[in-house]
Amino acid sequence: MTSGTDRDFASSGKSLDIYKRASTARILDLGFWGLTLSLALGGGAVLIWIILQTAIAGWPAMQLFGLRFLITASWDPVNNIYGVLPQIYGTLVTTAIALIVAIPVGIGTAVFLTEDFVPKFIRTPIAFAIELIVAIPSVVLGIWGIFVLIPTLRPFFRFLNSSLGWLPFFGGGAPRGNNLFLVGLVLALMITPVIASLTRSTFEVLPSELRQGSLALGATRWETIVRVMIPAGLSGIISSIMLAMGRAMGETMVAAMLVGNANRINASILQPGSTITGLIASQFGEAGRTQVAALMYAGVVLMILSLLVNIFAELIIRRYQNIER
Amino acid sequence: MGSIPDTTNDPSFEVPDLTSKAISGNRAIFGKVLTVISGICVALLIVPLSLLLINIFDKGLSRMTPELFTELPPPPGLTEGGIGHAIIGSVMTLAIGAAVSFPFGVLAAIYLAEFGRGTRIAYLVKFSANVLTGVPAILCGLFAYSVVVIPLGYFSAFSGGIALGVLMLPIVIRSTEESLLLVPLEMRQAAIGIGATRFQTIMKITLPAALPAIVTGLVLALARAAGEAAPLLFTAFNNSFWSTDPRGPIATLPVLIYFFSIIPYKAQQELAWAAALVLIVIVLISSLLGRMFIRSRRI
Repeated sequence: MTSGTDRDFASSGKSLDIYKRASTARILDLGFWGLTLSLALGGGAVLIWIILQTAIAGWPAMQLFGLRFLITASWDPVNNIYGVLPQIYGTLVTTAIALIVAIPVGIGTAVFLTEDFVPKFIRTPIAFAIELIVAIPSVVLGIWGIFVLIPTLRPFFRFLNSSLGWLPFFGGGAPRGNNLFLVGLVLALMITPVIASLTRSTFEVLPSELRQGSLALGATRWETIVRVMIPAGLSGIISSIMLAMGRAMGETMVAAMLVGNANRINASILQPGSTITGLIASQFGEAGRTQVAALMYAGVVLMILSLLVNIFAELIIRRYQNIER
Repeated sequence: MGSIPDTTNDPSFEVPDLTSKAISGNRAIFGKVLTVISGICVALLIVPLSLLLINIFDKGLSRMTPELFTELPPPPGLTEGGIGHAIIGSVMTLAIGAAVSFPFGVLAAIYLAEFGRGTRIAYLVKFSANVLTGVPAILCGLFAYSVVVIPLGYFSAFSGGIALGVLMLPIVIRSTEESLLLVPLEMRQAAIGIGATRFQTIMKITLPAALPAIVTGLVLALARAAGEAAPLLFTAFNNSFWSTDPRGPIATLPVLIYFFSIIPYKAQQELAWAAALVLIVIVLISSLLGRMFIRSRRI
């Protein structure tokens, strides 16, 4: 029967075809694997590249000024003397003000949204609105700050200054509106949603036995929140605060537009100041060669500050997630 | 205070009062006070947000004319005009950023979710992407400045696009990876089971299944980058004229808002408000859509 040999031929041809396809498919597979792997490695390396590139660009200034850069309070393009002490001070003060406001408000909001104080059809839109704040571009908050917030808050700043001016951090001349306190408040508005939403998700993943046990022992709802939920979720809350802190330190436009960019250290938070980000944003446009290097050096300082905060937050989250599982 | 109910009919039977009235005065007041405080916390967030939105619509709507999108800003001292050049500039820098970061990020995420799940490399890449998300946006600008602007010697839309691309990259990687992880393992097993290769499985099964979620993530990344001014200040810089040249400086909406809000000309300030309104509408609509989509997907 010839048909048998025909079939043999056909099947052998087919199997050959399959082998052929399999080998090209394997090459394609390997190639794809290699491509995605190298891009994944590249994605991981971008962080290192950013750090290196900024450090290289700032290297001339690092050699020139060394660590004195951190304790010099002068930004003098004429004599080429640069230092970022006022900026470091301003960054830390505005971040601290933002955190002092944002931590209690954020945690309070998170509790309000987890507990059923109000019905769900009110809570859900509130939660939604709060998440929207995160999406608002900071430059929009900046223009709002300049034209609405400053005129609105100026009487309040003046009142603080005249009634509590004997306290060093409310002292100085009559506040004009651009100051560290204002920046701190706007930063607080930006980072409170971060703390609120992350703290809320921390509360949501806590085992419900914790809450039930506490309630069963006779604790009230608030005693349960204060003595059980918050301590149990503390690592999650701390990491949310760290992330918010990183956000506040790195925020540029709000600082550049509202801080007043005064290159001096004021004990009073009602006086204009400067932040690292504000300095870079406002000086870069007309910077000469050494000044660009100095600004890059300032960028490196900012990078180190924010990396420390971010890595710390990331490690807490990892540890915390491991406990959850 | 009335914690034991009247059970005179049967002295041997005492029903403990489990209602909130049984809680002593101090504890009840403590709870009430904290409830009020937490309500105030929410108000402290919601009130400024509503004020901000009201102000922006109030001040921006008057300039919402067709000219806003088609004309250049007026010279100082004159009125009228628009911000058309900045809209084009924003679209261009975003497109360049997307062209750089989308393929890069999606492919990297495919490795994380499909090949390298649970490996040390994947952990390190994810760690680095997470840290990169927290790196201040202005540092992406410094990076693009020293990588693109210094070697080329001029500010350009291209360098602005690179800065935005770096900014978007970690968001793209993370959101794409999460979208891919949502695809059930059984779909991959079924594909492998009928003889598909890994490449075919990913291209024909996993990616199409995750595509809507991936696109949502990409849109959210674009929305985030669209509002950033800091990385563009010294990469795309600014331009007062029409430009579609990727090798030259270009105006963008956020940078225009920044420059126009700090100069003392009324027409420019009005344009800045109008630009803020355009920007906030774009960003809010895209993030609303994105969040609604993510929410509907999870349920």
